[in-house]
Parts: sequence; structure tokens; C-alpha cells
Amino acid sequence: MVERKPSSTVEAGLTALAVSLRGVTKTYDNGVMALGPINLAIRKGEFISLLGPSGCGKSTALRLIAGLGAPSSGIVRVSRHEGGSQAGHVEQGHGIGFVFQEPTLMPWTSVRDNVRLPLRLAHVPKAEALARADAALGRVGLADFAEAFPRELSGGMKMRVSLARALVTDPDILLMDEPFAALDEITRFRLNNDLLALWRSLGKTVVFVTHSVFESVYLSQRVVVMSARPGRIQADIRIETVEPRGEEFRTSAAYSDYCRRLSAALAPSYAGQSTL
Amino acid sequence: MNAQASVTARTSGTRRAMRFVPPVIVFAAGILAWELVVRIREIPPYVLPAPSVIVLTLIKDWAVLSQSLAATLLTTLEGFVAASIGGIALALLFNQSKWVEYSLFPYAVVLQVTPVIAIAPLLLIYLEQQTAVVVCAFIVAFFPVLSNTTLGLNSVDRNLAGLFQLYGASPPQTLRFLKLPAALPYILGGLRIAGGLSLIGAVVAEIAAGTAGAGSGLAYRIAESGYRLNIPRMFAALLLLSLAGIVIYGVLALISHLVLRRWHESALGKDN
Repeated sequence: MVERKPSSTVEAGLTALAVSLRGVTKTYDNGVMALGPINLAIRKGEFISLLGPSGCGKSTALRLIAGLGAPSSGIVRVSRHEGGSQAGHVEQGHGIGFVFQEPTLMPWTSVRDNVRLPLRLAHVPKAEALARADAALGRVGLADFAEAFPRELSGGMKMRVSLARALVTDPDILLMDEPFAALDEITRFRLNNDLLALWRSLGKTVVFVTHSVFESVYLSQRVVVMSARPGRIQADIRIETVEPRGEEFRTSAAYSDYCRRLSAALAPSYAGQSTL
Repeated sequence: MNAQASVTARTSGTRRAMRFVPPVIVFAAGILAWELVVRIREIPPYVLPAPSVIVLTLIKDWAVLSQSLAATLLTTLEGFVAASIGGIALALLFNQSKWVEYSLFPYAVVLQVTPVIAIAPLLLIYLEQQTAVVVCAFIVAFFPVLSNTTLGLNSVDRNLAGLFQLYGASPPQTLRFLKLPAALPYILGGLRIAGGLSLIGAVVAEIAAGTAGAGSGLAYRIAESGYRLNIPRMFAALLLLSLAGIVIYGVLALISHLVLRRWHESALGKDN
């Protein structure tokens, strides 16, 4: 059963939740249990990372939150814009932006049309859609590349386009599935910083899936460590440091301390993989 | 830097020349040898006409041959258009419903693997001659369009499909903005094959019809000239058929290149 509606009175006592998973499991048709059961509550405006080895179900969890597939059991609840009575007005998925591991751009059309796609699908008038697409491109520093085709861009630039497309609908929640995993380290560091700056200025809820301990500590307020087969939550660690964080955090003692703790939390799930 | 640029330009020019000069030399040498053999050994034109005689016949009989060419090209075009529309439409139908696909696909295969030369006489019995000829061209040409379009529609990037689902795209939107553009390179590949095949289909049907004593297409001219031992005209008609096939292929390849050149790997330069 899936419920997609504004946070109900059950959570009224708590801080407003953006996403909550309760007793969620996912079993694929071939009988493989990919996930759970897991319980997870994500607050509005929070930057949270799901960290774990491949096959731990972190991408599955993200796809369930996005509504790309239904859980086998349990409840996935995603909050809508403030003033939930408008929920019927906002079409499914518009409160969510999704960034895939690959840029996932349409190669046959320009960068601008790629970014405009979500608005086009929602029948937003063309002039407004173009203006918003250009604004989103400006936000990721690609205003000059609107006319280019995806194949003319570097890997990092394609990922920025993908990010602009996720932002163009002004979603409350940004879901990112190992978005920078395929990029070189220099590009990844730069995109990490840009993403943090965007998160600070836009105040969105970000759920970031990664298999990099260092990336998760650098980016997130909270890291959820997952173990494989079936995917379960192993640890839930808050990263507390002076905000806004910058390059100096990457080299601080606190940073390496968090990295050590997270690596230790990950260790059992790697031990389980020794049969591979 | 300028010198370097001109060197690269020269090498790429040389490479292009390498692709075009040798086949032209082979062609010219072949024609020359043919002409010489026929002249030196004094082979009569009803056994083997010299290339010069064929060209002269082409000019002399142009009135008849051009009409036949127009008739064959019209048949080819009608068959090609029918095959393109039918193949793409059927592939879209298959894509909408697995049941339709499973029910009809075996028959599309049967239609494809049965030699058209064997079907043509039957079609000529049941259909009016011109219709039968077009149907033959259609039968031969439609399968590559169908199978290529089906392949293309099934090759849509899984993540892009997920993205469309996430943003609540309707089926017509998914078709227009995702499936058709993604399938376009495959569809164009299918059309390129279908162009040549519809010419073959038209020719086969004309020959089958020609034995029944009617028709005016190029293939009919070949059959007719054969009965009359007008060998130079047979060769002239054959030459026109070859040229028509080359032109059809060239036009479709050009269209495909122009449509895909900005994004698809197949249309990009090798050094990109």
C-alpha cells in the first residue's frame, strides 16, 4: 500500500517531515529481497545521505521515495507543498526532482529543451517554461550552453544540466542517485561545493545516495549507513560542524573522525560480502 | 599552426580521394576492357552489346524507357510509402499492446520469409495488376521498417523512461517526446533498407506480370526485350534500374544524415 499525501496529524507533534518510510520492504519478481524492512524519517530541509555498498538497496529506497515502483509492504509517505489542500492541484511527482547516476539527457535535443522537459510535460506555457529553464541553467552556471547538444558537453557539465532539470520544477525534495560517482575527483569536489551552495540558498530537502564515505561526510547533515542483503539501516549518524562548511572542513580532524566512524559502521556489511 | 591546418586538410582530402578515385578507375577500366573485347572479337550486339551501343540505345529509346522508368519509380514510391506507414504504424501498435504483438508478429515473419516471386502470380490473379505490383513492393519492404521500428521503440533508455514516469507524462507525450525520437535512428535505418527493397519488389512483380503480357515498367521492358532478342535495350533498362536503386539509396542516406547529424553517433565524424 502506498500513501502519497501531506504529513498527517500523526506527525504533527514532530518537526515537519518531508519523507517517511515505515516498515518498507521491496522484493523483486525473481524473489530477491532488495530492501528492508526499513524505517526512516527525513525532516524538511534536511541534507541526508544513504551510504552503503552496492546492492544494499539504497537506490531502491530512493526509487520508492520517487514513486518509481511500489514497495512490497510498508508505507512510503512524501509530503507536498505547504498548504496540502492543493495536493490535488500539484500533479504526481512535481514535488520531487530526481538526478540519476548517469546524466540521462535526451541526446536529440538541446540543453535548454532537456531542462524544459518537466515543464513541457506539465503543460506549462512555452514562454514561462523557457524562462524557467534558462534560470535553472543559470543557477548551475551553464547559461551560455543552452543551445548546445548534450554530446558537446563534458561529463561534469552534463551532470549540471541534469541537476538544472531536477531544479526547474522547483521541487521540495531533491533525490540524487550516486550523481557524481562517474566523475573525476576534481570535478566531483567542485560539484559537491556547488550542490552545498544550492542547498543552502534554496533550502530543499536533499536525499543523496552514495558509496563514498568521504562524500557523504562532506555533504550531509545526517548519514544513514545501510548493509546489504537485504538492505537494512545499520547506523544513523549526525554530522555536526560549523556551517557553512567549505574546503577547510575536508581537511579537519573532525572530518576524518566522522569518516573513521562511518567506515567502522560499514565494516560489517563488507564482512558479509566475503563470499564474493 | 596554419601550415598544420593545411596539412590536416590535405591529408583528409587525400583520404577522401582514396575513397573515390580507385572505384572510378576500376569502373573505367572495366568499361574500356568490355568495349575492346566486343570490338576486337567482333561480338554481335545480340550476344553482347558494347557499352557505347548500350548508351546509344538508351538515348535512342529514351521515349519508351523514360516512361517505363517513371512507371517503375511510381510503383516503388507507392510501395515504399505504404511500407513505411504500415511498418511504423504496426510497430507502434505492437508497442502499445503485447497481445497484439504476440498475435500478429508470426504472420509478419511468414510474409517476410515467403519469397515474393512465388506470391506475385497469386496476387496478380486476385488483384488488379497495378495494385498487385504495389502490394508486392509493400510486402518486400515493410518488414525491415516494422522490425527496426520495434527495435528502436524497445531501445529507450530505462532511466529516461523513469524520468518521464516521474513527471507524470501521458502515453502520447511519452511517444512524442521520448519513444519516437529515440527510435528515429532505427526507423531511418529501416527506411534505407526498405527503399531498395521496394524497388526489388516492384521489379519482381512487373516481371511476373510481364509474362502475363501486360505492363509498362522497366522490368517489363527487360522481359519484353529478351523475347525480341533486343539485348542492347535489355542492358539499357538494367542500367536505368541500377541507377534508380543507387539514387534511392543515396537520397534516403542523405535524409538520414541530415536528420541525425547533430546528435547520433552514426552521423558524427569518426574523429569526434
